[in-house]
Amino acid sequence: MKKKDFIKVEHKKKSFTRPDEKWGLEKETENFANQVKSYRQEKISDDDFRRFRLQHGAYGSRLRPDYSMIRIKIPSGEITPKQLEKIADLSESFSIGSAHVSTRQNIQLHWVQLEDVSEVMRGLVEVGLTTREACGNTVRNVMCSHFSGVCSEEIFDATPYSKAIAKFFLRNPISQNLPRKFKINFGCCDKHGLVRIADIGLIPAIQDGRRGFRIYLGGGLGAASFIGHLLEDFTPEEQLLSTCMATIRIFDRHGNRENMARNRMRYLVNEMGWEKFQKLILKERTILYMTTSESTRDLFSVHQFSHNLISNSILNKMKSNHKLPIVTESISIDSSSYTRWLHTNTVEQKQQGYYTVFVTLGAGDITSNQLKSLATIIQDFSLEGVARNTPQQNFAIRYVHYTDLSKVYKKLHTTGLSNSGALTITSAVGCSGTTSCNLAITNSHRLAKEVQSKLLELGFDVDDSLRSSTIKISGCPNSCGQHEIATIGFFGGATRIGNTMAPVYTMLFGGRSDKDSKLGKPVMRVPAKRVIEVIQKIVELYKQEKNSEPLDLWLDHVVNGNGPATIKNLEDIKTHLTPIVQLPPSEESPTSYQDYGNDVKFIAKTARGECAA
Amino acid sequence: MRRLKKNYILKKQTTKIKTSNDKKKTQNTQRTSTKTTIAKKLGIKSYQKLPIICDVDTLRTLIRKKTVRVVDVRKTEDYKKGHISTAVSLPLAQIISNDTPEQIIQILENIGVSDNIPVVVYDDTFGALAARVAWTFQYVGHENTSLLEMTFANWKDLGLEIEKKNNTFAKTKHTLKINPSIFADAKYVESIQNDQNTVLVDSRERLNFLTEHIPNAKNIPYTMLGTDNSILRPRNDLKRFIENRGIKKDSEIITYCGSVGTLSGLAFYALKLAGIKDVKLYSKSFKDWKALGKPKTEFKDANYWDLSAE
Repeated sequence: MKKKDFIKVEHKKKSFTRPDEKWGLEKETENFANQVKSYRQEKISDDDFRRFRLQHGAYGSRLRPDYSMIRIKIPSGEITPKQLEKIADLSESFSIGSAHVSTRQNIQLHWVQLEDVSEVMRGLVEVGLTTREACGNTVRNVMCSHFSGVCSEEIFDATPYSKAIAKFFLRNPISQNLPRKFKINFGCCDKHGLVRIADIGLIPAIQDGRRGFRIYLGGGLGAASFIGHLLEDFTPEEQLLSTCMATIRIFDRHGNRENMARNRMRYLVNEMGWEKFQKLILKERTILYMTTSESTRDLFSVHQFSHNLISNSILNKMKSNHKLPIVTESISIDSSSYTRWLHTNTVEQKQQGYYTVFVTLGAGDITSNQLKSLATIIQDFSLEGVARNTPQQNFAIRYVHYTDLSKVYKKLHTTGLSNSGALTITSAVGCSGTTSCNLAITNSHRLAKEVQSKLLELGFDVDDSLRSSTIKISGCPNSCGQHEIATIGFFGGATRIGNTMAPVYTMLFGGRSDKDSKLGKPVMRVPAKRVIEVIQKIVELYKQEKNSEPLDLWLDHVVNGNGPATIKNLEDIKTHLTPIVQLPPSEESPTSYQDYGNDVKFIAKTARGECAA
Repeated sequence: MRRLKKNYILKKQTTKIKTSNDKKKTQNTQRTSTKTTIAKKLGIKSYQKLPIICDVDTLRTLIRKKTVRVVDVRKTEDYKKGHISTAVSLPLAQIISNDTPEQIIQILENIGVSDNIPVVVYDDTFGALAARVAWTFQYVGHENTSLLEMTFANWKDLGLEIEKKNNTFAKTKHTLKINPSIFADAKYVESIQNDQNTVLVDSRERLNFLTEHIPNAKNIPYTMLGTDNSILRPRNDLKRFIENRGIKKDSEIITYCGSVGTLSGLAFYALKLAGIKDVKLYSKSFKDWKALGKPKTEFKDANYWDLSAE
């Protein structure tokens, strides 16, 4: 027989291959399969099984507890090409052929049959990933700014710390039954990282040559939201673990275990008062610190994750003197699509000659095929050989050499991932809404995608005065879509208009998530089918006011009642918007009363939420 | 990277094939030699009985010995561009449009298939078309039918023997012997719908299933069944999937899909491979069910289609 010889493909590999981090455990997958069997045989109660299932990252699907949404934790949002390929395969086999980036740097697979969840987990373990403690009353995925390590304003890279904290609390006994879920976010600088809307938020800081953090406690978004408080001016590195432990212990001890609607730590802080809470934390921390021996302390090692960092010597070797004038150059809707993409999807890194490239998704959706192409692009063009997913539901490919930018664009283009606007107002965030969530009232997911494509069509991405503004949409008052930190935020509800039920969104203005984080202020209710028009009108009004400030600052002034021109306050702007939100009678325009993705009468249907098991 | 990986996989596969080749060769030679002796004594031609899935080595050995009929069910133009050595062309459409048992027998006779000769079927559609054809052959009485373990694309990627000539074989005689135990129609499906020991399996993709399906059906999407390099996963994986679903080995299972029984044809063989004895194919599937106006289960309370990224 004649066998064709394989031609060995010479491949110029640009990136480093990361050693696999082991977050997942094989035995947990078997355990899950067995628990499902016992549950089906009615050997475990509904409640016990639900708690178990959530602890292992499987969330019940909308009105169908026999299907799961599998939430894959991506610690610090950092993901390898191999992991992306595996997720693509698993989605193709057991889910719906696409994956979804969440606002907490998780990747979610929807509509997986409960009986197949263990199979998905099995595949994830092969590439080091886990779903453990991704839902339920646990320490959720530990977030880290996707700019950490490359941000020109950061003091040091928080990523190794973020991963060390994630590792310390994963499967930690105290994380198994907290009063409620617990969220830890690391930032890189004052701008990026959502540190003030987390239970614990941390920004790298240096004092007297010592590394440490500025730590914010008690923030969080939800039906009632709070901005985190600064614990102290500076928390030295060696107090990082004891501070986090102290906070979780105080929450575990004093948190409300009775009222499910008010048991996040932010309520405890609010009810107790910040000063009292702060004292309790500092005292607890002292006790912890005093009773931890040096050798125990050493077990918490940040260095175990430092191997990932790209050394300066490698960078220096690759240094170039050229610079691309990207973000400073202004562009128009007539610019070439590549120029438009460069302008709205890339950011210069602190490492000279390197860029971070953003991959625009629609409300976090990406197909299996696209995931596979993305994996190849990362492997071929990112010096660090990994990507990060972002709370704006996009991917960031970092360490792309400037000479490779056009190649990366072309590759992204062939797989349908070259949409512009990732870093602009057009990249609307949307939770999963009625596509899969029990609590959702409206189809926020589809709406976010509709908003994105309309705004891209209008060329809002090339308008630099809109660039710093954001649009975020949730399908219910709970803030998975993070609507409260958006310049223009929306959360879904249902209202009777005339005598017909209609999906409506409450619109909020003026939220932000940097050092000066602020929660958006509710303005008015907008029928789902009028949201896009309202956004257009707001921008039109802003343009009419001939303001030199960007949209978000202008809106902030309006919220505060000191608008610089004719529109002074919220009442003024409402007068202009009111005609748009009026619907014609339902007999005349039945579709105005329907939600996106439905051609039947709107009915608000929800079931019990599962976050709090 | 992509190509690199592919090559790596292929290399791995080739090595795997080599090792199993050696083992199989000895087995085959032993088995064939005993058989040949008996056959020689009796003065009749003897053929190897194939399992559900035919591996590459077995097929190549059979091709060399000219004791197999290889059936290519891709479109004619694809066949003309190159096909596995000795393969005959039989596009699926021919089977679907001539689906009386008598017509199928005639087709078998026309491509030179006699009662016992092993038949190996392949396609380029992850095994689904091949499965539908194989099932049809078995239904009309050609028991000795097997699916090639991989698609034509895989075969080609491995650099295995391909030819372009149009193969024809002398017409044969074939007995018609319907096997009713692997067939189901709407009437039958309806009759067992509330039967505890019968499981109805819908092998379409998840979102199609959620949208509408035959009441009480369970979903095993065809996407679960194979891998990039193999039309069906290893037996143990498939067994575990079935077990996870609480389906008992001694159940009667009926598979169906959207319209002509291709995806469910693959599911039929996956279940067989997993060790389920009693599997039937509802070959006219959901299209027929709907055309007959039979009841269906729908799920309209979620906008799951909007999760698609395209």
